[in-house]
Amino acid sequence: MLRLIVQRLLLLIPLLLGLSVLLFAWVRALPGGPATALLGERATPEAVARINTLYGFDQPVHVQYFKYLSRLLQGDFGVSTRTGRPVLDEFLTRFPATIELTVVALIIAIGIGIPLGYVAARRAGSFLDHSSVVVSLIGVTVPVFFLAFILKYVFAVELGWFPSTGRQDPTMIATHPTNFYVLDGLLTGEWDAAWDALVHLILPGIALGTIPLAIVARMTRAAVSEVQNADYVRTARAKGIKSARLRGDHIVRNSMLPVLTTIGLQVGLLLSGAVLTETVFAFSGIGSFLAEAVFNADYPVMQGFVLMIAIVYALVNLLVDVSYGLIDPRLRRQQ
Amino acid sequence: MSANELPVTDGAAAAPLHQSIHGDGPGGADHAGEGVWARAWRTLRKNPVAIAGFVIVAIFVLVAILAPVLAPYGPDELPGRAEVRPTMIPGPSAEYPLGLDRYGGDVLSKLIWGAQASLLVGVLSTLFGLVGGMLLGLLAGWFGKWVDFGAMRLVDLMLSVPSLLLAVSIAAIAGQSSMSVIIAIGVVQIPIFARLLRGSMLAQRGQDYVLAASALGLSRRSVTMSHVLPNSVGPVIVQATLTLATAVIEAAALSFLGLGGGEPSTAEWGRMLTAAQQELAVAPRLAILPGICIAITALGFTLVGESLREALDPRNRTRR
Repeated sequence: MLRLIVQRLLLLIPLLLGLSVLLFAWVRALPGGPATALLGERATPEAVARINTLYGFDQPVHVQYFKYLSRLLQGDFGVSTRTGRPVLDEFLTRFPATIELTVVALIIAIGIGIPLGYVAARRAGSFLDHSSVVVSLIGVTVPVFFLAFILKYVFAVELGWFPSTGRQDPTMIATHPTNFYVLDGLLTGEWDAAWDALVHLILPGIALGTIPLAIVARMTRAAVSEVQNADYVRTARAKGIKSARLRGDHIVRNSMLPVLTTIGLQVGLLLSGAVLTETVFAFSGIGSFLAEAVFNADYPVMQGFVLMIAIVYALVNLLVDVSYGLIDPRLRRQQ
Repeated sequence: MSANELPVTDGAAAAPLHQSIHGDGPGGADHAGEGVWARAWRTLRKNPVAIAGFVIVAIFVLVAILAPVLAPYGPDELPGRAEVRPTMIPGPSAEYPLGLDRYGGDVLSKLIWGAQASLLVGVLSTLFGLVGGMLLGLLAGWFGKWVDFGAMRLVDLMLSVPSLLLAVSIAAIAGQSSMSVIIAIGVVQIPIFARLLRGSMLAQRGQDYVLAASALGLSRRSVTMSHVLPNSVGPVIVQATLTLATAVIEAAALSFLGLGGGEPSTAEWGRMLTAAQQELAVAPRLAILPGICIAITALGFTLVGESLREALDPRNRTRR
């Protein structure tokens, strides 16, 4: 198991190197040249001259690249042209918000998607089966930001059940030791603050979770319908295995591999969707900050955030790969 | 990279399709000698879901093409500018069936012109991704070895960044215009098509008929071009249909983020949604109408794509 993790981590290195080359080339391709791109529109000639020497833009390309790489390795992702703060700091202060949102979305997607897909497959042709097909279609055809709009309009603006924007009521006095607002409230015993933060997560969480829900439900349905007709399930049934065990050990467990893969891939979708969902709900995570960066041509932020998000995405999928072994003992032995 | 070494998108999913193309599987006996596409068409014609999809797509394409005839006003016209107050946006009336927007544009006209914009972006970006991806996949599948290795690592790299972020980064280089949206969405599709075609071709390579063609002395080029390639494009075409749906949605997302360029009053579904954001409490229809247009269009392409996938899948053949 450990060997697999190390192996996978080592495989990440060439990927990250490749990405750094692409992002390095990306800054050079930006309109106005790299120095202007990194400093913003209002750059003074002195500042341009300074950054040219600092980043070595007056030196050969390979020297520039290695300078960029060594800065990356020291955790220097540049400085936001809009806020003037280091990109890494901006990322780290906002990332907890996005993690909270993503976790809520994943809970919704998995918690509803897997049971829905399972029941749809077990009762093929039933009302639930048909409604699962409708849910999957809605999931892949409705744009996430439109869904966010509708939820916001109906449940926040019209009905007033949920707050329409932000992570917490601004009048709420709360301390934030970890920046995970729900967790903060629980740690400090500020229950009302935790509750308020949780309520703020519901609508964006549903908006963000619906598309993955549809995909997970669909994948589960396909996997379960294949597995339940497999010879070994028929044999197990013929042997008279109790139906609870048949369902748990034979059907569900064997159909979870493709579902797990799908869930890992959804994290990329969630991080993309967070850009749009956080923008609609003015939720200050990495997504809305990235959207503002796009809007204001804050290239250092875009460069840094894309790299960080790719790393997060790769690590999540590494976790998924490793967890295959937990589900399927055959893979464990191979590893 | 772990994300990209998955069986789902690779040849594994494509493989079953080809096994039956040349061998006559069960159920194919009554239409012996019929090509795989003719058979797919026969299945599609009987499938109500496919027909619903085709109808939606046909209406969408017609509206897009006939926009100059159908739309009461031009794409940039703001006929009701004088009637819009800061506190009030006039709703549906005899003159403006779907009402006005903040800028005084006729919502119905803008939705119709928006169909044209969406069709253009959808088709061009999918074409861009399809051609680029097929070239890359063909290159990899043709030369194999280190070309294949290099191409697939490039594909891995592109897939390691979530698609919207990749599109946003590309649009940032290309500048703010609808052309840059097309390029951005197209480039994002390249790795998907490339991997699909390559996987599909690899699955074909191992087939007996390919071996037979080589044994008969056909050159590598004619084996690839007239045997392997035509039998490998099925999944690619299904993917292209589904991509049309995602392209319409992604285009709206990019214009929503302000990367489409142009005035805020541009007749484009994504742009209309951005503008509607501020008016959600005053005039929700401004958000709901373009949103529904996007969803229905995407639904049409998805239904067609999914039924095509089903019709081409030989595992489903015996049931019909």
